[in-house]
Parts: sequence; structure tokens; C-alpha cells
Amino acid sequence: MNLNRYQSAYERYKEKIANVRSHEMVINMGPQHPSTHGVLRLELITDGEIVKEIIPHLGYLHRCFDKHAESMNYTKTIPFTDRLDYLASMNNSHSFVMGVERMLGIEHKIPKRVEYIRVLVCELNRIASHLIAIGTYGIDIGAFTPFMWCFRDREHIMNMLEWASGSRMLYNYIWIGGLFYDLPVGFEDRCKEFLSYFKPKLTELDELLSTNQIFISRTANIGILPADVAINYGCSGPMLRASGIKWDLRRIDGYSVYPEIEFDIPVGKGEMGTLGDSWDRYKVRVDEIYESVRIIEQCLSRLTTDFARTLDFDPRALVPKKVNLKEQDYYIRSENPKGELGFYFVTQEKTDIPRRVKARGPSFNNLSVLPELGKGVLIADLIAILGSIDIVLGEVDR
Amino acid sequence: MIEQIRTEIVAQFGAESIVDMQLDGLQKALIIHPTSLVNICSWLRDNPTYYFDFLANITAVDYHPEAKFAVVYHLTSIPYQKQLTLKVFIANDRTVENLPEIPSVRMVWKTADWHEREAFDLMGVYFSGHPDLRRILLPDDWKGYPLRKDYEDPESYHGIAIK
Repeated sequence: MNLNRYQSAYERYKEKIANVRSHEMVINMGPQHPSTHGVLRLELITDGEIVKEIIPHLGYLHRCFDKHAESMNYTKTIPFTDRLDYLASMNNSHSFVMGVERMLGIEHKIPKRVEYIRVLVCELNRIASHLIAIGTYGIDIGAFTPFMWCFRDREHIMNMLEWASGSRMLYNYIWIGGLFYDLPVGFEDRCKEFLSYFKPKLTELDELLSTNQIFISRTANIGILPADVAINYGCSGPMLRASGIKWDLRRIDGYSVYPEIEFDIPVGKGEMGTLGDSWDRYKVRVDEIYESVRIIEQCLSRLTTDFARTLDFDPRALVPKKVNLKEQDYYIRSENPKGELGFYFVTQEKTDIPRRVKARGPSFNNLSVLPELGKGVLIADLIAILGSIDIVLGEVDR
Repeated sequence: MIEQIRTEIVAQFGAESIVDMQLDGLQKALIIHPTSLVNICSWLRDNPTYYFDFLANITAVDYHPEAKFAVVYHLTSIPYQKQLTLKVFIANDRTVENLPEIPSVRMVWKTADWHEREAFDLMGVYFSGHPDLRRILLPDDWKGYPLRKDYEDPESYHGIAIK
């Protein structure tokens, strides 16, 4: 009796697909289509070129993060967090590590140099992630050049982070209570050199896309997301800011050393069309790269003066041998390039294995608004809307 | 703030609507009775002094070996920059025919749509009143709820050995 009830939604779904009207057609977009940015499958009910309904199917990249995290201790989970949003691994592990540090009560003891290095690598990673978002968005719409430019510049960041951590994308660099290693000697200089190379390139990229008439025609007034809908669906990050809401957890929670750093929060203004359209979402990301560059410059100047490298500095000094926590629960949130990344911990007494860890991925929530945004649009515009959400499937499916 | 919210909820929905308050630990939480969950949530969302308009997260927790599950809601108020945690505990005997049942808050926040589907999929919590409670991450014909502590991996799936 009850079993039928638990199955009833699936039966209703099957019935809906079986009973589409004769002038409607069911189209599968993905999971192997490059414009879905990974293995996302969208089942579209279409009437000619018009999308009537979108049914997203997730889980093709489900790697059981929650189950892994509750079968091993906190330190061992850090490499798994890297694989959530694999385009911004530093930001993921930073969030996770902050959560454990706050539960341990050591978040105020972390040396300032460690905190500045964390912010530095996170912002480098944020630039890398936004470059991918912009580059692949261009290619979704048919602009090939920005894609090559973005990947060329991103590769410099990947090389630098590889130098620091030993790995190109999945770093395991930020540890509970400290870092894997101090920055390699000469990193600050190379980073400065990169910035002086990157800043003119960024302006060039901005000019290439933002004011391109074809790009504007494809993105302005497409996929308009009003602020109240964005909030109701739990959208965060550039998606929410593009709808005109100044909501950045780096400012609101003021975690790590962000309160000591000056930066602006770009919001959508509806310059080319309506507030909260795809162009605004794209533009917020471009503006955030400028802000990240500012943050990196400030970090570098602090890291070479007040918190300069000393011979006896040990970034692992505070790393606990065993994470001993009393029974408690804690929800940590932080600003990932895609939005609010949260981890909810439920700990257990007398063991360093948590009872439950839930990752709240920003892409998961940002994607959930797609069936609403894409109702009644053309199939070609759906690609433009999906690209502007900037999902990464590693985090949608976890 | 949480004491004030509690007083107002008790005045509005009766003393039995709030089971308990969790005041120790880093984040305080209100423990809600499942029957008044939807009313309290809509009240928290619409009340001009709190305005919890953003549902950040829904987590289902298994308290094995106790016969008990919890669903935890993390709310955020964007205008007031405040956070609030709500918890609901449900006793359950862990059989397949009788999933822990709790009213859906999908009508209050659309975020709950996918989060509740995920909790149903992985933990086997049934959200009554949810319009489309299908599995979300696992295949539709998957058996069992993998995040439960007493879950055992199946031997095979569609003839593919997976153990």
C-alpha cells in the first residue's frame, strides 16, 4: 500500500512522458552533449522550437560524497571535497576546513600568513573558475576565440597552483589548522608577474565579449531571473548578485581575512537589457575577476611585508594529530565561485568519524531554477540560459 | 533572537508546536513538532521582523542504532543577515513499507523541491505533499536508501556486479 505511494511520483512522470500530445516531441539534451557542461541530461518536451517543459535528470556523476565523508575521518575527507567543484578545489577545501576548525575552536589561532595564503590561492582559483565559465559560455553561443584565450590564461594559474601544491586541479593544499606547505620560494614574484600579464588580457577579453553585438543579442533579455524567484529557489553567488542583490558571504560572514581586504561586490544592473538576464550573469563574473585581482594584489603586498616568509615558519604547526570533537552539529557556509557552498556536520562522541556530512552545492540549487527559467524559450536560448548558470556537475551530483 | 522567535511561535501556534530548544553548541536550533512545520515555516518566511526568505539547506540525519531520524533546515534571512536552524525528529522502525514521514515545505521555498527529493532518495524520508517526489541522484529503480547506517550494498544492479 505504502510502497505504491512511494512509487507514485515516478509513475506520474512515466505517464506524462508517455502521454505527450501529438504535436509535442520529447528531446533528450545530454548527457553526452558538450553544451550541458558535463553529464547533465535534460528531458525537453517541445512544441516545434519552443521548450514547453524541462525535466532535469541528475546523478550521472554521483560519487557518494556524503557516504564517503561519514566513513572516514575529517582529514581524509579533504581530498574528496576537492572533487566536488573540481574547477575551484581550493575554495571547497577552505570551506570544509573552516568548518572543522570552528568546531575545534582553533579558528582564531591560525597564523595570519596561513590565512593570507589561503585567501590568495582561493582567489586565484576563483579567477580560474570564472575564466572557464566565461570561455565555455562564449563557445556555447558560438564565439570560439574567448574560449582559447580563457584557457590560455587559466593555464598560468593552474601552473602556479601546481607549483604550490603538487597537483594541477585537485590540490589537497589547505589542511585543518594550516597548509600542506608554505608557498614555494619565488611564488609571490611569479604571481605579481602573472598579474601584470593578466590585467591587460582581462580588459581585452572583456572588450571582446561584453560589447560584442552578436553576444549581446544572444544573451540580453534572455533568461530573466527576478530577485524573488532567485531567492525562493535558493540561488546564490553570481546568479543572485546578477538579479541585483548584494549578497556575498565573504562580506556578510567576514570569514578568514576578508574583513581586512578591500573589494567591491559587483551586482547586475541590467545594462544591456533587463536586470537579471543572462548578460548580467556573465558580466558579474567578469567584474568579479577584476575584484579577485584586487584581492590578490592586497594579499601579495601583506605576504611580502607584514607576514613575510621566515625560516622558522611552520604552516603545519597547528595541524591536529587527531580531530577530537564533542557531539555537536555545525553548518559552515562560504562563498565559492558558483555561490554558497555549505557543509553540515553532525559529529559523534569519542571518534573522529562524523555521523553525517552534507555538502550543499551551489550549482545544485542554481540548476534547480532551470525548469522555471527555461519555460517557453527557444531551444537555442535554453543553451544560452544553461551556460549562464555556470554549473559544474561534480557539485550537482556530488 | 531565538528565544524571541520561540515565544512568538508558541503564542501563534500553541505550546506543543515547539518540542525543545537546543541552546548549547555553536549554532542554536529550534526543535519543531512535524505537524506545525509548514505553518511555522511560512510564518518565518513572511514575518516582516524575521523574513527568513532563503532556505539554504535540508539535511536528513540517521541516528542509528536509535530508531530515530532527523531533518534539519538551515534558513537565512537575506534582508536581516541572520541564520536559523530548525530540526524535526521522527521516530521510525526502519522498514521499507514504513518510511519516516514529514510534511513537505516545497510550497514555502522552492529550494526544498530538490533537497527533499535528495533526502528521499538517499535517506528514505517521505515528504508528504511534495508534488514530484522521485529519486534524484540514483536511478529510479534503485532499491534501498544508501545513506542509512544499516544499508547494505546490493550484489548486482541489472546484472552488473557492483560489490
